[in-house]
Amino acid sequence: MPYKTIKTINVRHLQILDESGHAADPAEASAFSDDQLKAFFKALLQLRIYNDLALSLQREGRIGTYPSYYGQEAAQAGSALAMEKADWLFPTFRETGVYLLMGLPATNLFRYWLGDERGMKIPEGINVMPMSVPVGSHIPHATGAAMAMKYKKRKEAAVAYFGDGASSRGDFHEALNMAGVYKAPAVFICMNNQWAISLPRSAQCAGDTIAQRAFSYGFEGLQVDGNDMLAVYKATKDALDKAKSGGGPTLIECITYRLGNHTTADDAKRYRSEAELAKWMGREPLKRFRAYMKDRGIWNEDYEKEVSAGIRADIDKAIKEAEATAPPELKEIILNTNAEQTARQVRELEENGWLK
Amino acid sequence: MAEVDSKKAVTSPRLKVTMVKALNMALDEQLAADEDVLLMGEDVGLDGGVFRVSDGLLAKYGKERIIDTPLAELGILGAAFGMSVYGLKPIVEIQFMAFIYEAIEQVFSHITRTRSRSRGRFTCNMVIRTPYGLGIKGPELHSDSTEAIFCHMPGLKVVVPSSPYNAKGLLAAAVADPDPVLFVEPARLYRGLKAHVPEEPYTVPLSKAEIIQEGSELTVIAWGSMLHKALEATEGYGAEVIDLLTLKPFDEDTILNSVKKTGRVVIVHEATGFCGLGAEISAFIGEHSILHLKAPVLRCTGPDAVVPMALLEKYYMPSVERIARTYKKVMEF
Repeated sequence: MPYKTIKTINVRHLQILDESGHAADPAEASAFSDDQLKAFFKALLQLRIYNDLALSLQREGRIGTYPSYYGQEAAQAGSALAMEKADWLFPTFRETGVYLLMGLPATNLFRYWLGDERGMKIPEGINVMPMSVPVGSHIPHATGAAMAMKYKKRKEAAVAYFGDGASSRGDFHEALNMAGVYKAPAVFICMNNQWAISLPRSAQCAGDTIAQRAFSYGFEGLQVDGNDMLAVYKATKDALDKAKSGGGPTLIECITYRLGNHTTADDAKRYRSEAELAKWMGREPLKRFRAYMKDRGIWNEDYEKEVSAGIRADIDKAIKEAEATAPPELKEIILNTNAEQTARQVRELEENGWLK
Repeated sequence: MAEVDSKKAVTSPRLKVTMVKALNMALDEQLAADEDVLLMGEDVGLDGGVFRVSDGLLAKYGKERIIDTPLAELGILGAAFGMSVYGLKPIVEIQFMAFIYEAIEQVFSHITRTRSRSRGRFTCNMVIRTPYGLGIKGPELHSDSTEAIFCHMPGLKVVVPSSPYNAKGLLAAAVADPDPVLFVEPARLYRGLKAHVPEEPYTVPLSKAEIIQEGSELTVIAWGSMLHKALEATEGYGAEVIDLLTLKPFDEDTILNSVKKTGRVVIVHEATGFCGLGAEISAFIGEHSILHLKAPVLRCTGPDAVVPMALLEKYYMPSVERIARTYKKVMEF
């Protein structure tokens, strides 16, 4: 036998709650306290309600094109709640839920979806980057920030989110490669929601998992049941702890599903079957988590109604605030292009009366 | 090649050095002055850069600050962006100007836009250094001169030194600038001329052109390696020669004052003429000074063809003779 095996890799998978929401791993599940579970449940509800309201605002023509994250709430909330305030977030346009949980006011997000860039004027003290629209191009930014954290000897990590589609781009590979080389404290979270607009995961890459790609760059990639909030939380927390203690980067592939359209401008019926949708509807994260709360004896209808009402009131207030904000003025983008205005910009502002 | 030394009074000790050495001195000063300044790129550490601009810096500052990167321009510029929004001041070397094309999305979609996108919360204090231009007998795509593409993108400054003195001072000013600067170094001049530069730190301000020869008959506008040919070709004319130094945003006042005086303008650049920076300068002069003009503004540029390899270099690059013919045309109009 002339060829010898010189390297094998093992891709781990984590699930704590099974598809119906009962503890698949009772020891791991019971490690979460009732208070923690309630906080998780509240986060899931907050994300679901925000997304529902954003979709109805879009239908009413009150906001522009909106990318729904329906079905991905556990993956977003589980990872977001594992982060600390000092960590840096490098998200895509679908991570609205992560933004909310990292403390970006809902008003900012509604402003952004209204078409107002000021929504991405991130308040000081919140380390989240504005939405990156070109798919995958922000992944190297997390690598760089993580390299800077390491250089500054700070116990922080940079977290990048991206989809299964982005994992086909060169950016993903250059970013992961550099993170591996410099052992940067970065966590790369792939939201594998099975579809990149109309391209299914199977057509995106011939490899079995996206997670396995991390091994080419010298660090671990693992798969997590992305609709299991406890699993996502634990995997993210473990990866963050590893990063902050000098263990280098991790790639986490969250197996989830985009239950909605790519954006409100898309019609997923054109490319995927009702049967597939129904199958994933059965694994929907909120329902699963509710079932586990019931198992733990900490859920009833009134409790959910009460929590939902509080969330709903907060979001309604944010929508009102966003809609009442005066529209931006053209001068703002000119004044924010550089620290100091060029002679041409000054002339353009004056000649067109834009300074008023 | 004519030596262009600064006319500015300098009292400190001066060294006669190449542009490579002057840039090395500037990098050394910036690294010494601020621990948030890092240098990163392909072969910048152990090898000291393929042109040796960072020679000796790895030994002095260590691999945490002089970062030899994997061969990945997109990854390098993307990571540098992440560093700069976090608060560091990376200086990135892209080995040759055409190698930045892989990473242009980072420049156009993130580096130049983050201040605007975040309304000032995140900024990008970054310098991208890269050699440009013909005259080094390089392989294909080692001699491009595509500065105009970058001038088109709001939010980016584009700077081209022409002498060891201004290379050192402009690089210091570029690092101090809170916004991203593309610092385009004329490869042909790296070792092609020596001049006196002060040992001590100094800056040459961005967005200020320098009049390197005064005159009242003809205004010549050039930068980088073409400056020297443009200057040589002025023999016989009372030409005022402007070294633009910062291409974006360029020094409007120096140009208009000179045009008022001479009424005749030639712009010389190595890059292809169509949508080249000369077109923008010419339009600017037309918009602001048409009644002072005695002749059309003419450009002497590279042809509408891809940048060639060694054997065609001298034909592509505007020669002293070709530049002189353009001057004559404007003078005789």
